[in-house]
Amino acid sequence: MREAIELKEYHAHAWNEPIIMEMGHKGERGFIIPKLEGEIEKATDDATHYIPKKILRKKMPKLPELSQPHVLRHYLRLSQQTLGMALNIDIGMGTCTMKYSPIINEELIKLPQLTDIHPYQDEITVQGILEIMYEFATIIKEISGMDEFTFQPGGGAHGIYTNASIIRKYHEVNRELGKRNEIITTLFSHPADAACPATAGFKIITLYPDPETGLPDIEALKSAVSNRTAGLMITNPEDTGIFNHMIDEFVAVIHEAGGLCSYDQANSNALFGIARAKEAGFDVCHFNIHKAFSSPHGCMGPACGVVGVKRELAEFLPIPVIIFDGSKYHLDYDRPNSIGKVRQFLGNVETIVRAYAWVLGMGAEGLMKVSETSVINTNYLIKKMLTIPGVIMAYPKQKIRLDQVRFSLEKLKEDTGVGTDDVSRRIVDFGVQEYFTSHHPWVVPEPFLPEPCETYSKNDIDYWVAVIRHICKEAYENPVLVKTAPHNQSISKINEKHLNDPKKWAMTWRAYIRKTRGKMKNNRNS
Amino acid sequence: MKKKLGLIVNPIAGMGGSVGLKGTDGEDILEKAKNLGAIPIAPNRTNEVLEEISFFKESFNLFTYPNEMGEDEAKACSFDPIVLGSIDKGKTTSANTKDAAKEMLKLKVDLVLFVGGDGTARDIYESVGDRLPTLGIPSGVKMHSGVFTKTAKIAGKLIMMLLRGEVTTRLAEVMDIDEEAFRQNRLSAKLYGYLKIPYEMQMVQSVKSGSVPTEKEAMEEISWYIIDNMKDDYIYIIGPGTTTKTIMKKLGLENTLLGVDVIHKRKLIALDVNEAKLLELIQGRKAKIVVTVIGGQGFIFGRGNQQISPKVIQKIGKENIIVIATENKISSLRGKPLSVDTGDIKIDEMLRGYIRVITGYTKAIIYKVV
Amino acid sequence: MSKSEKFIHPYIPNSVPEIREEMLKEIGVNSVEELLTTIPKKLRFAKSLNLPKYSLTEDKLRRHIEKIFSKNKTCKDYLNFLGAGCWQHIVPVVVDEIISRAEFLTAYASNTYSDLGKWQAFFEFQSMMGELLEMDVVSPPIFDWGSAASFAIRMASRLTGRKEVLISKTIGPERFLTIKTFCKGLVSSIEIKMLDYDPDNGLIDLYDLKRKISTKTAAVYFENPSYLGLIESQGEEISKITHNSGAECIVGVDPISLGLLKPPVEYGADVACGEIQSLGIHMNYGGGVGGFIASNDDAKYVTEYPLHLVSITETKRKGEFGFGYCTFDRTLYMAREKGKDFTGTFVGLWTIAAAVYLALMGPKGIMEIGDVIIKKSHYAAKLLSEIKGIRVPFSPHFFKEFVVNFDETNKSVHQVNKMLLDHGIFGGKDISSEFSDLGKSALYCVTEVHSNEEILELVNVLEGVIK
Repeated sequence: MREAIELKEYHAHAWNEPIIMEMGHKGERGFIIPKLEGEIEKATDDATHYIPKKILRKKMPKLPELSQPHVLRHYLRLSQQTLGMALNIDIGMGTCTMKYSPIINEELIKLPQLTDIHPYQDEITVQGILEIMYEFATIIKEISGMDEFTFQPGGGAHGIYTNASIIRKYHEVNRELGKRNEIITTLFSHPADAACPATAGFKIITLYPDPETGLPDIEALKSAVSNRTAGLMITNPEDTGIFNHMIDEFVAVIHEAGGLCSYDQANSNALFGIARAKEAGFDVCHFNIHKAFSSPHGCMGPACGVVGVKRELAEFLPIPVIIFDGSKYHLDYDRPNSIGKVRQFLGNVETIVRAYAWVLGMGAEGLMKVSETSVINTNYLIKKMLTIPGVIMAYPKQKIRLDQVRFSLEKLKEDTGVGTDDVSRRIVDFGVQEYFTSHHPWVVPEPFLPEPCETYSKNDIDYWVAVIRHICKEAYENPVLVKTAPHNQSISKINEKHLNDPKKWAMTWRAYIRKTRGKMKNNRNS
Repeated sequence: MKKKLGLIVNPIAGMGGSVGLKGTDGEDILEKAKNLGAIPIAPNRTNEVLEEISFFKESFNLFTYPNEMGEDEAKACSFDPIVLGSIDKGKTTSANTKDAAKEMLKLKVDLVLFVGGDGTARDIYESVGDRLPTLGIPSGVKMHSGVFTKTAKIAGKLIMMLLRGEVTTRLAEVMDIDEEAFRQNRLSAKLYGYLKIPYEMQMVQSVKSGSVPTEKEAMEEISWYIIDNMKDDYIYIIGPGTTTKTIMKKLGLENTLLGVDVIHKRKLIALDVNEAKLLELIQGRKAKIVVTVIGGQGFIFGRGNQQISPKVIQKIGKENIIVIATENKISSLRGKPLSVDTGDIKIDEMLRGYIRVITGYTKAIIYKVV
Repeated sequence: MSKSEKFIHPYIPNSVPEIREEMLKEIGVNSVEELLTTIPKKLRFAKSLNLPKYSLTEDKLRRHIEKIFSKNKTCKDYLNFLGAGCWQHIVPVVVDEIISRAEFLTAYASNTYSDLGKWQAFFEFQSMMGELLEMDVVSPPIFDWGSAASFAIRMASRLTGRKEVLISKTIGPERFLTIKTFCKGLVSSIEIKMLDYDPDNGLIDLYDLKRKISTKTAAVYFENPSYLGLIESQGEEISKITHNSGAECIVGVDPISLGLLKPPVEYGADVACGEIQSLGIHMNYGGGVGGFIASNDDAKYVTEYPLHLVSITETKRKGEFGFGYCTFDRTLYMAREKGKDFTGTFVGLWTIAAAVYLALMGPKGIMEIGDVIIKKSHYAAKLLSEIKGIRVPFSPHFFKEFVVNFDETNKSVHQVNKMLLDHGIFGGKDISSEFSDLGKSALYCVTEVHSNEEILELVNVLEGVIK
């Protein structure tokens, strides 16, 4: 029995808002700096006295001049033209875990006891934040089974780079660095699992998936391993949603060859209390706090890629590490074998406070529910999606998926010429955020990867499926409509060629004006 | 200046398949097929493609050959083609295909679209080589060449993108099977050459870029890796293919694109060798084989490089086989495994499993071989 | 039904047992356990998580966290003179208002159609920074200044094919350690050579630069103002020497100084980088940072950026704009290990904050704030230098931060700072061990937030403390 779900009409805000560089009027001010007190003015010289002439700025920077309500209006309008997760059924963005970021947590991170503390304050004065960071480390140690954590990396890729640096340090200390120069990863692990160890200097061996199972075969791993193997960096479940049931054997193969194993846990939403890095034997791991741990995505950050390590590798963690002496928390910089630092200060602390609050707001019971619901939602989605003509599941022999599932529109493409990029552009016409296709290279043709995490209701999932169904129907009946999408957005279709043409691309307004001088006649005031 | 699209249809390609014959080369086979009730399939395939691009027909001129070699189909889809040459209606042969292609070469058309099978591809290649962009629409029984697109819809999109200058081209293998041997159930394929086809990866993966494809750079990178790791006490047997021959080009050596050449200490010691010569050369010496992926079916042994025979492979050993390929070539396999067919079951078995494929200077992948 | 099965959570709509039952039925299983059989038993976590079992409600959660937070002393409770890479500046309320909008807060990685506002805000950030820097290409910022500088150095190494970078000894330890990590390779790393500074004025020793630079040098990296607050006025000479050896000149800046100071491109920098935290972002205990990279619009440089770069483009409608990533296939997303280094989720929300800040400030604002900062910091330095036993070396060419020397007192900086703490003051960062040749020194930071009263308070207390 399938009730037809009526799709609502939608149109994005279309403010036709000018670029701010073209707005405002000479003389307008958005903010006035508190004036210098008289005493200071009297006691000091003109600013130019303190600056050698040759380094004094000559020309005033051409920043726009707007009054305050106009700046507010402009950026509010821009925010209205941004389809944040909070506003829509954001199921399509697989691997991103677009879950609800509790508003209470947003209140907490605005407290001055977080916003207005300086990273170099005496430890005595920041025991509160150190306690929260230490306590969250305790929590995530339990969740993962790892022994020590750092919160320094500013995102998942940064976390993976940190892990690659730790692996590098380990082999250096064991005097095998010259010999061990290969890191093995898989095609369906995140591209960062290849790019970050490459930045650290490693050569990358990529295992391609078995065409039937969608998983890397252990025989493939065995043939990749040698005495040059430094380690394995792998995501599990991979970006297909398939759990590698032999992951512990993979780890064993690498260990036997003398390498270390790094677990990319960006896809951890279905694993709370269900499976851990420790039992699989991993040496290091990382989590994305802005994914399964609810910190909001913030238009691409700030984020946090917490890194966890086994006890034996804790000496390599970046400094400082937060320690507790029984009564007080301290920052330990005295770690001679540390890899040093991967950025200044301790990391994006606000995200850790949110994650801490989120875990407390869920409780252990709640965490299990998160993962169970994630799994139920995903497999329910599969059931519904497979009734849509034109949609097939990649690696159909793997019937059960965990937190996300990769589909293919290859049949739709063959039948109608409409492909996954077209459908992705059309989806937003229904007030639903576009979906994630796949990282490159595409081994699964015409891919897309939804992730219905626990935030979404059954109705949400049904609606999302109805949108896809509708668009696939459009592809068969009126393909041009889908191919020329989007139709109900803030703007019409962009010229993508300009983005790669040095004569046309422009990262700043000044560059754009320079390249199109004479052709621009716009002079709109707000 | 309007763009020029050339269309050559092999009206009998594929006719053998429906009645259980393997190919339609040779007049008597064609007779046999017709008698068995075979009907032409090329016209339908042609129509499918023409329908895809008919929306844009005002933007280019269509050149084709008379009657069933393209004119009929073009007119049926409301095109107004410029008809070249002359044929014996109902009795077309590969000579006609070659002539048509030659005419299009003279006219310097922007793309030669041909409908047929490996045999047709061979004919086009013999006339045009890689001097013009071409594209094959599959309509034959034998499709081992890498010059065909998967479907008419994809073809339509590629054609328009090429005419608009939105895709670049790359070389793809033209292969054909020894027809006599094939009909006696012996598979023996030969690599004839390379045609220039539109670069489908740019479209298929919707890479949002018009930047120069890194195929050439990738081949060079791989070559440098092989060269930098060459050992003086080994001779290197370099199999056919553009990727492998880039190695020889980088060393400034003469080479045969379609044959097997041998290098020692970065110098050429033998050109275009056969099995016997190979066995002679490797006698009492250490050797390595460098091969790449040939054809649309992903073979690393058995198609186009049979000179590297089972005996040669056995003497050299699996551990001394180096497989190289660009990532785009691997991607074009769409996840299907690589294949081997040396003719010797034991050697095939030895080669199956997983192999390391060098895809860059500091990259390699592990891929399945069946 | 067990208690656990009846557990309903406000953040999990499908935790309602009836809905779960319905969904399981549609899937064709009796329980979620049947689905979890895809994970082999040996890999299942057999116990329950040793975490607080029950969730805290909003009210309890707030009280719990506020209680822990009460153990912190803020820079509003105490008088703060700490800087060194993270500074206390004014954050206009409109900035906070915009970045708390749920649309911006919860968006992520979507393209220009559904997320047009985000893309435009990024482009506006790039554009306004472009005006400050007088450069045509600016990236949205990534993690922090240290990683931005590291990526810029690696870009220079790729551009020149060389493996050495010269860095001024005045660099701070945190950015230095970050650069050190990023420069490391397996067998071959980018070698870091340190440049001496003039002990009198703290500027780069040009003789040492000429001595150490060679055709092996990929880049010369210095900061302006430096970590010690000093304004490097030899930019032209440094870039000339750098270019003569075929190396790239990379300069790190604090953009809030660019209302007063010449942008690096005007004294020969090829690549600029720096910190955006001073542009309207709260300190957040060091979490409010972000580092950008900028250069001229030369394809040679653009194609070496590892980071996301937003480009404006046209749409089908005349006069309408859209956006996209420029040359996206140079990044790891398209090229995996063949991409330029790596990138990832960066600091999008801070990017928008900085854009709003710059829009509010305008040209007059950014010039005025520079003016106020330089005067206040010099005022404070002057008063401090008048205290017996305290010296302020390296005057007068500094901006916002300055070194305070305590050699002529009988106290270590550590002791001084502990005593200042008792008076409710965070003294300048103790840099005695970071720079051994500077003796007992601290790095003091004075910005527009410090009132005359507060500066006088510092002077009075310090005077008392070192007696």
